[in-house]
Amino acid sequence: MKITSSVSLLAIGAVLLAGTAQADKWSDQFPHIKNSGDIPGQCSYEAMSKKDYSGQKLTINTHAVPVMGEPTALHAEQFSALTGAEVKVIHTPAGDLYSKAMIPFQAGQTPYDIVFGFSNFLRDWKQYLQPIPAKYVNMKQMQDVTQGHIDVNSWGGEMIQFPIDGDRHYLKYRKDVIDNPEYQAKYKAETGNELRIPQTWKEYAEMAEFFNGWDWDNDGELEYGSAEVMKKDDLMYAAFFSRSVAYSKNPRVKGGFFFDLETMEPLINGPGFVAALTDWVEATKYVPPGGMNFGLGDEINSFGGGQTLFSYSWDDAFVAAMQDDSPIKNKVGAAPLPGSDRVWNRLSGAWEDTYNQAPYIVWGWTAAVAKESKNHDMAFDYLCFFANDANHQADIAIGRFGVNPFRKSDFLPEIYVKNQGWDPEIAQQYSETLLEMEEGSTNLVFPLRVPGVFQFNSAVATGTAKALAGQLSPQEALDEVAVDWKKIVKRIGADTVREAYAIGVALEDSE
Amino acid sequence: MNFKHKYMFLLPGLLVLLAILIFPIGFTVRLSLSSWDSFYPGLDFIGLENYVRLFTDDSRFWEAFGRLSLLSLTTVFLQYIIGFSLALLVWKEIRFQRLFRVLFLIPMMTTPVIMTVVWRTVFHESLGPVNDFFSLFGMQPLWLSSEILSKFTVILVEVWQWTPFMFLLLLAGLLSLPKEPYLAASIDGAGPVRTFVYVTFPLMAPISIGAIIIRLIEASKIMDTVYVLTSGGPGTSTETSSFYIFIKGLREFQFGYSAALSITYLIIMIISFTVIAKILVKLMVRGK
Repeated sequence: MKITSSVSLLAIGAVLLAGTAQADKWSDQFPHIKNSGDIPGQCSYEAMSKKDYSGQKLTINTHAVPVMGEPTALHAEQFSALTGAEVKVIHTPAGDLYSKAMIPFQAGQTPYDIVFGFSNFLRDWKQYLQPIPAKYVNMKQMQDVTQGHIDVNSWGGEMIQFPIDGDRHYLKYRKDVIDNPEYQAKYKAETGNELRIPQTWKEYAEMAEFFNGWDWDNDGELEYGSAEVMKKDDLMYAAFFSRSVAYSKNPRVKGGFFFDLETMEPLINGPGFVAALTDWVEATKYVPPGGMNFGLGDEINSFGGGQTLFSYSWDDAFVAAMQDDSPIKNKVGAAPLPGSDRVWNRLSGAWEDTYNQAPYIVWGWTAAVAKESKNHDMAFDYLCFFANDANHQADIAIGRFGVNPFRKSDFLPEIYVKNQGWDPEIAQQYSETLLEMEEGSTNLVFPLRVPGVFQFNSAVATGTAKALAGQLSPQEALDEVAVDWKKIVKRIGADTVREAYAIGVALEDSE
Repeated sequence: MNFKHKYMFLLPGLLVLLAILIFPIGFTVRLSLSSWDSFYPGLDFIGLENYVRLFTDDSRFWEAFGRLSLLSLTTVFLQYIIGFSLALLVWKEIRFQRLFRVLFLIPMMTTPVIMTVVWRTVFHESLGPVNDFFSLFGMQPLWLSSEILSKFTVILVEVWQWTPFMFLLLLAGLLSLPKEPYLAASIDGAGPVRTFVYVTFPLMAPISIGAIIIRLIEASKIMDTVYVLTSGGPGTSTETSSFYIFIKGLREFQFGYSAALSITYLIIMIISFTVIAKILVKLMVRGK
């Protein structure tokens, strides 16, 4: 199976790399694709130039510049030049993307033809969105998308959101420190342990503490152990789930990670989650000063700027660290999220003393077409053009764009070596890490996608923030979250939440 | 003579009042009696369920309200003291008087959200210039991630931003004061302190009360500073009522419940400001 996958990847890679070399008339006109030129496909530059949308208007609500907002605007401009369409792009802060689309959706209005958002909005948005037509689902460009990201953008087997980005949380570390023989010897001498890529959160904490608060890269500045998203409500709950999966996602226990699917009782205050939150509270000791107020941007700047040994979350910090202007380019490594040396079994009510690791396929950017839009064809063509091969290859090379790998062909190390000047070993490790998470693991956790998902996540953010601030103990904080979750389930209806949650559980349990 | 047509002239104003004041409040009251959220959109009727939930099962709102009281009373008190001092400073003829008057107004003329982003950068605990300075003395205060200091930082930013407003109102008041009481005080041999205590302060009482109430109303809506600086954290230590209502309404999309929070908040505020105004009048005007 693996051999078949590798051969397929090599074949796809050969085709892509063969197509990347040539500049053409399109790259002369659109320098964004200068490295690859146009790449033939259903939504290529050539194909779009044959469409005529003159006199028609497309309105898009997207994120603020640069993350996702910049590529949306850039591709809107290109799309407009190719097809004659008038494309209006509205930029909205991340926190308001949901409500800015949801309010008109609920009021029966259609101010936007295309809405950008996160893939976990799907359950709440789906009744207002137009499913992706078969001609796009079946096109070659879409066949390259990994199954995990097909699932993330689909509901009950029907694709509703258009895959434009891929996201997962993984570990980023300073390779020049972890692989440094001098530091390995020093670490061994002082702790008795091996300095290596942390296999468990316990090792992560030990190393982060060891390398906290001193100038280990001799740049005249103090460095710290870990940069994490800890700012309340600022995606922090996703960071908490990343730390929780190893302790709580038991591959031998089916039927739910966040809830017991049968009873819809929250599992959020179980011993696995409490252990993760206890670790996280400890982590406040090895983050940079003010690290407890780090949002995603701070985390990217902190790790990407060389301030910390470790980081874990979306790709952006890694890509930022590997950009040409980064002081730590080719000094960082990627690895799966740390695991744990025990995992909670909620059926037996006991810890299992065995190594466990689980990838967290966290939600990411996605886009969809409003059901009531009068411009379905043009809107889907725009999204298809946004994610065409040439644009996608160019976009994933620009860290600030927020477009990360989600296609099988993205996991070819050669692309990063050739187009972005990455060290071949790092590119190999990066590609293998991501591919293994997507295709190799049988213990995946998918994000919560149920009605009222924001109420559940907001409760987690509040509870964990209280624990991090020392207002409550980890157990008290998560008990409070569990009480809130029960109330939310009661308000929305246990059967309604169960019906939606079952779709995510089916993905996890079918692995 | 028939003056009935005069009502026609009032009609446009009345319609505007209905559109921008009465209708939104009426709609919010109706919304507060519904369960409208992301999953059940629409104005169903659930009676007082949201209010019962608020009064029996939402300690977070009341905690946020307590925090709001602390922050708004402290910031307005400091703004009044500093604003009055600055107004007194540039009231009399001094060198560069016009320059100082303009200078003191600059913070108010800047956009709050943008300035809060600047303040957030300034107080950034590992990258900001404030801690660069403190690190010279071996200190790294946690301006944004300590429970106590984060409140102090919010107060500092609010005071910086809105003291000029207080300054402007009080300076206008000072410039409009009659000269006769000062001449009388001067003839009686009163020094600057006695003149301030017995002449300036009492004469300024009505405008002081107005300025304090206006600022209290504004300060009680504090939202952007908290949102940008701390997002209500660490934990919930800087979460205020308006920020909490924002979370419930526009983050969690519980429109019905957030409407109930808003109406409750509005009623509490109307009562509070009426009481505060009466106390201030008693203290500053009648109390002498």
